[in-house]
Amino acid sequence: MADSRPDLQRRSDDTKRSSVRRAIRSELASDAPDERTNGGGAARRRAKSHAVVALHNVSLAFDEPVLEDVSFSVLPGETVAVVGESGTGKSTILKLMLRLLVPDSGQVCIDGQDITGLSFDEALAVRQKMGMVFQGAALFDSMTVFENVAYPVREHTDLSEEEIEQRVREKLQFVDLDPERVMEQFPAELSGGMRKRVGIARGMANNPELMLYDEPTSGLDPLTTNTITRLIAKLQRELHVTSVVVSHDMTSVSRMSSKIALLHDRHVVFFGTPEEIMAQDDPYIRDFIGAL
Amino acid sequence: MTGNAIVGYGTGLAPLGRNRRPQQDSYHTARLPDLLTRFNESAKGKILTVQEYFSLAWKSLRFIFARPFYAQDLVQQMEEIGVKSLGIVLLTGLFTGMVLALQSSVQLRTFGATMYIGRLVSASMIRELGPVLAGLMVAGRVGSGIAAQLGSMRVTEQIDALNTLGTDPIKKLATPRVLAALLMLPVLTIINNVIGIIGGNVISTFVVRIPTSLYWRTVLQQIAADGFVFRYVPNDFVMGLTKPFVFGGLIAITACYFGLNTTGGTEGVGQATTRTVVTSSILILVVDYFLTQLLLSILSYG
Repeated sequence: MADSRPDLQRRSDDTKRSSVRRAIRSELASDAPDERTNGGGAARRRAKSHAVVALHNVSLAFDEPVLEDVSFSVLPGETVAVVGESGTGKSTILKLMLRLLVPDSGQVCIDGQDITGLSFDEALAVRQKMGMVFQGAALFDSMTVFENVAYPVREHTDLSEEEIEQRVREKLQFVDLDPERVMEQFPAELSGGMRKRVGIARGMANNPELMLYDEPTSGLDPLTTNTITRLIAKLQRELHVTSVVVSHDMTSVSRMSSKIALLHDRHVVFFGTPEEIMAQDDPYIRDFIGAL
Repeated sequence: MTGNAIVGYGTGLAPLGRNRRPQQDSYHTARLPDLLTRFNESAKGKILTVQEYFSLAWKSLRFIFARPFYAQDLVQQMEEIGVKSLGIVLLTGLFTGMVLALQSSVQLRTFGATMYIGRLVSASMIRELGPVLAGLMVAGRVGSGIAAQLGSMRVTEQIDALNTLGTDPIKKLATPRVLAALLMLPVLTIINNVIGIIGGNVISTFVVRIPTSLYWRTVLQQIAADGFVFRYVPNDFVMGLTKPFVFGGLIAITACYFGLNTTGGTEGVGQATTRTVVTSSILILVVDYFLTQLLLSILSYG
């Protein structure tokens, strides 16, 4: 007990801008390998080996603790939804998986590889296995839709222009967009739902094995929400992509996910299938799922 | 535990503020450690800022020589920073030259030395006003633009998206801007100088009434008067082109720093823009002084 206290105080004593710093530092400080890679015994390593994503006792604090002792893992082909109230660090979990943030303690493993100690360039390589769909789609607004979807392909492959165009058309069609109509448009000219779909197309452009979605259905009307939910399910069904979805929309979550992790008060308070969460009788969980 | 406490104190993270027993300390001993802790923390914050600034500067400069090269972005930024700033640089240069000629004519008339207007205008433009004014104008126009653009990209998660897609944002966004500014600001300064001296020519011919040929002869005399580097490059040119080169880097790196570090939504973008313009303008004026002193001693003027 006594030993952990200075640690806590250190966290809360962080200056106001340290949260930003941390985000920037993970981008700027390329050559700072961490020495916390070699924890865990053989048993844990075996358990890791078949999980696509695994978080082991992850703790993170900005001004105040955000996550404490968070552990869960995602098996191949699964769709795991991370749900919780706003501001409980759901999106932070995705940023940890992308190594845009580094945890204060604990491990984040992608394909059995601990990514917390990687250098900036190594992290860039790991990120290529992942496709991320951002909350506001985060399309590059200086580029056309075509350039946006083609961006990861150009960046990481040596495909010819025809092949790239082929790939972009294919991905746009997959997300139910008419390539002829949208390809030359700029993101600002698209509706919110279309932007989300272009975001998904860009995320899957390099055929990643892991897709991460940050609030894919927030701010959309019910019809578009359904479309996006179907799309994520289709991606999993047809391409067998492993997915992590961060959301607070329980309806769509229960329709597309195979497991749900409920975050509350910095901890994962529940991890299991949608059926199991419905059967819980903990008052908070009942409140959360009953709040629909 | 004792060891921990000492370590904590030394790093400014001591639990003094929180765990202090209220009545035991006198006023001063109670306040002083608090104050020290706060001072320590803010000082560390400042140093960290400087460190991150230089880290960004070093990286964006190093990436100039590292693959992949984003040539298209570079050309685009050179147009944005160079070509599109031409208008304001021409305008400010022209009027600065004109007002210089006008003011110095009044002053020189009292000594009956109005024929030296050309020398004054060319010396001031090439050595000081050309680089500084071009720098300030570009800081206002381009620096704010870069900060606003990168800030919006940070706020709308586009920077994170770049990272996620496997691109180093510094290499993709900062390096082309820094390189473009390094290349274009000297060019803008040369244009600024030329148009300023022409402005001086207009005023000296039509208002002060001294012959154009005399004006240009004094301009050239002044350039030759301060000595040469390698026999052919006038000292004034070396000084006048070192400065904008440095200023260009300062503006672009400052703008990228504040842009990439934006937080707090649209308001944060506004703050980043303001800070960029204020900081880079101050840096230009301060660095200008020290650079002048350095160059004066190196180039052996007089």
